[in-house]
Amino acid sequence: MNFVANFSDLKVVGTRPVRPDGIDKVTGKAMFGADLSMAGTLTGKVLRSPHAHARIVSIDASKALALPGVKAVVTAAGDFPEISSEEAAAGESPVNFRHMAHNVLARDKVLYEGHAVAAVAATTSAIADAAMALIDVTYEVLPFVIDVEAAMADGAPILHDDLVPSGMAAPGKPTNIAKRVEFKLGDAEAGLAEADVVVEGRYETTAVHQGYIEPHAVIASVNPDGQTQIFASSQGQFMIRQYVSKILNMDIANIRVTPAEIGGGFGGKTLVYLEPLAVALSRKAGKPVKMVMTRDEVFRSSGPTSGGVMTVKIGAKKDGTITGATIDIALQAGAFPGSPVAPACMCAFACYDLKNVRASGYDVVSNRSKIAAYRAPGAPISSFGVESAMDELATKLGMDALELRQKNAAKAGTKAAYGPVFPEIGFEQVLDAAKSHPHWSAPLGPNQGRGVATGFWFNIGGDSSASVFVNEDGTISVVSGSPDIGGSRASMAMMAAEVLGVPYEKVRPIVGDTAQIGITGMTGGSRVTFATGMATVQAAEKVVDELKKRAAMIWDISPEAVDWKDGEAVPAGANAGGFDPMPLAAIAAKAGKTGGPIGSEVSINAQGAGAGFGAHICDVEVDQETGHVKILRYTAVQDVGKAIHPSYVEGQIQGGAVQGIGWALNEEYLYDKNGRMDNSGFLDYRVPVASDLPMIEAVLVEVPNKRHPFGVRGVGEVPIIPPLAAVANAIKAATGVRMHSLPMSPPKIVAAIESGKG
Amino acid sequence: MPKVSISGSSCRQFIGEQTEFEVEATSFRRLIRELDSRFPGLGEHIDETMAIAIDGEIHQDAYGLQLPADSEIFLIPKIGGG
Amino acid sequence: MSKIHVTTTVNGEPAEFLCEVQDSLLDVLRDQLHLTGSKEGCGSGDCGACSITLDGRLVCSCLVLGVEAEGKTIGTIEGLANGDELHPLQRKFLEHAALQCGFCTPGLLVATKALLDANPNPTETEARYWLAGNLCRCTGYDKIIRAVMDAAAEMRGEHA
Repeated sequence: MNFVANFSDLKVVGTRPVRPDGIDKVTGKAMFGADLSMAGTLTGKVLRSPHAHARIVSIDASKALALPGVKAVVTAAGDFPEISSEEAAAGESPVNFRHMAHNVLARDKVLYEGHAVAAVAATTSAIADAAMALIDVTYEVLPFVIDVEAAMADGAPILHDDLVPSGMAAPGKPTNIAKRVEFKLGDAEAGLAEADVVVEGRYETTAVHQGYIEPHAVIASVNPDGQTQIFASSQGQFMIRQYVSKILNMDIANIRVTPAEIGGGFGGKTLVYLEPLAVALSRKAGKPVKMVMTRDEVFRSSGPTSGGVMTVKIGAKKDGTITGATIDIALQAGAFPGSPVAPACMCAFACYDLKNVRASGYDVVSNRSKIAAYRAPGAPISSFGVESAMDELATKLGMDALELRQKNAAKAGTKAAYGPVFPEIGFEQVLDAAKSHPHWSAPLGPNQGRGVATGFWFNIGGDSSASVFVNEDGTISVVSGSPDIGGSRASMAMMAAEVLGVPYEKVRPIVGDTAQIGITGMTGGSRVTFATGMATVQAAEKVVDELKKRAAMIWDISPEAVDWKDGEAVPAGANAGGFDPMPLAAIAAKAGKTGGPIGSEVSINAQGAGAGFGAHICDVEVDQETGHVKILRYTAVQDVGKAIHPSYVEGQIQGGAVQGIGWALNEEYLYDKNGRMDNSGFLDYRVPVASDLPMIEAVLVEVPNKRHPFGVRGVGEVPIIPPLAAVANAIKAATGVRMHSLPMSPPKIVAAIESGKG
Repeated sequence: MPKVSISGSSCRQFIGEQTEFEVEATSFRRLIRELDSRFPGLGEHIDETMAIAIDGEIHQDAYGLQLPADSEIFLIPKIGGG
Repeated sequence: MSKIHVTTTVNGEPAEFLCEVQDSLLDVLRDQLHLTGSKEGCGSGDCGACSITLDGRLVCSCLVLGVEAEGKTIGTIEGLANGDELHPLQRKFLEHAALQCGFCTPGLLVATKALLDANPNPTETEARYWLAGNLCRCTGYDKIIRAVMDAAAEMRGEHA
């Protein structure tokens, strides 16, 4: 597999064809998680805790089971094995299956309002509802804690008596602090002491939900011999298979998971919630069970990302050279350990070439639903603090905000704050593109302001599988293991078409179920176009090698004497013989005579993911009386490596930016005095709507990642990182007030303008 | 002999304050085994929670990786994603 | 409790179904008529994924009872294309890559069709406000609005 050095030779990669699954999705034919039905399917529902924290004294389901039409009730104590194993490697990041099992179904305690306590399966939805009302759960209500700092304080209600914190000295008494992390380079305090100017600030973000429009949905059917079919919407069919197997102690070979079309995930569908319940209910009832979350359940019971509090300190010389920087951050993990505090710390200063830096953080449990990944997990949170502080620093130094970033920009050879040295990266090019964009110098009106902020994400590789088959007529079938959320079938088909030299329309891609293709990690971490794309390219290259061998056999010459060009076998040189080019279809037609069907499957652990950087420019107008912030103009610049399908790359950037804008302005988890979520619907948890926004201009910078055959870096995570501070910095410019706390909602802005403090 | 730095504090329970080690190892797997023999339990911890960066390129779960003699090697937390 | 018999027209064809009084029209469309193109994203009229037309008026089918459809004409995403010919809106959504996951797409297409039926020449602002009841979490709306404006222009014959 070689890097394609000359992009001008590309015929398919870089174009904008219609996606292969497009017509299904504009005609209503596409099958999402809740769209499949099987004969005799029961409806499954989940009984959830009304308390933020309580001990389960007893669960009596006898009345529910006596109700006609009720076919099964499952509880943790009655139907789920107790798992003793702790942290285990699972795909991309370590998972604690014991915690995951306890999150799927509470065992001894409920740890948040909405925590699953029991599940029922009944012949109708109405009977399932009636059955839930008949399940008698006795709780011993316990004191609860919601906020991260309150959870860290002495005397806070303790969620897990047996929690052993890692990365710090044992506290000698029960704690809600699950982990401390610290990353250091040089001596941050000494660096700060050398500075001419120091800025320091405390910043806060709230928990926000991924807000995918499709609620979690699954249908599961278990046969008496244990063979199990699962059809579910998720970011990974293999993830579901592995997690269900672990939680219910089943053989993986007995579980076949078919990926439904997925209606958005953004990290929120990298876990199981309903799947083990549906399997357990189906096993007990002997019938298929379908479960679909309500929107209220999605908000209350599935993971948002962390909120956090942080203190940021940055010092610089008069010329803008940063001499030292620190961030201390505490993130909510929800009810079980596992906030993205490590990546939050690692990404915090990754955009900059710093000699003296320290990032430290705490992972803290509290009585909230367990957090899940959300686009560049952790990075937007720490970036909000750091990029706000960078803006303050630019103001204090009297420097242009982009020039300050250019002066300190990370480049090839920069030692990243989290340790390693960056290979070739495109951050300087991104900053140059932002600076020279007309947006940066466009005039502004009264009450208007402009902000800029940057962001970094690692991008990742990992396990991916793809197969490429040559059909009898020379058309191509591609199977990959990556659920397609944003057009990845199109990019796989494009990369295969490019390698094979055939038109895009001759290549038809599908996403395979767990029995049709090799193990593939989740669609997440901006890995699919990179890693699964690499597997697809390698499979296509093996097919080309085979096609050359077959042509050689037909021509009766040596395989080395055959080249592949534009979808045809051609003699490698004059000595090979005077054969006319042989098209792929002609070779395919003779496949039986030359050795049998032609195809290749490749499974790899893709290495060499290339880091991504972005810079966003945002203009706002602030209504000084109401505090309403209108986004006037928005430009998002990003190094994407190489855009396979530029429209879907732009789409990732635009969508990520708008999620970040929602995080900045509107979105938050609100709790009442009883620790219950107060805004568990789209009316009150307000994601951005079309009328909130202008067009989002995506500017693609292409500094290729030479470890991918077409230069791909990964796109989806970076764009959610800069908006939080870009909007805050624009508001500062418009009002003169620095907002330290998200969301920057109208009441907070009004209060900040009135008091002069945000 | 490659020099290995362990980034972050998650290994502190095994290694204390020291973060740089010289390790006789030519592959990632050998590196893990060597470190584990010095600090029992560290191997499993690295196996499950850490990635390796060789001259800036991050790799996850790749025992077979060769460690060039003059390379810069970092162990950092594994990266997931949304 | 006996079920109620309802007679309607769905996408131009006569249709009958039996439903409970409390069943939403969305449930009836999806579970009884097997028209699963209309999606449930919230069940409370906030997301617009279940958008349909009822006697030509744009509604959230999760907020309409099945029994209210008696004698009415229903239009769903499944009726937008004319046989094997895509509606210009469907074509433009594909050309502009105005969908990523595609879950909100049926509702957005039905809502946009209703917009252009009422106002064939909307401004970008009018389109944005009309579609403010249809949530999309993937695209940031940019490409959706471009597709809508482009389709509207084509339907007005401005692409000749």
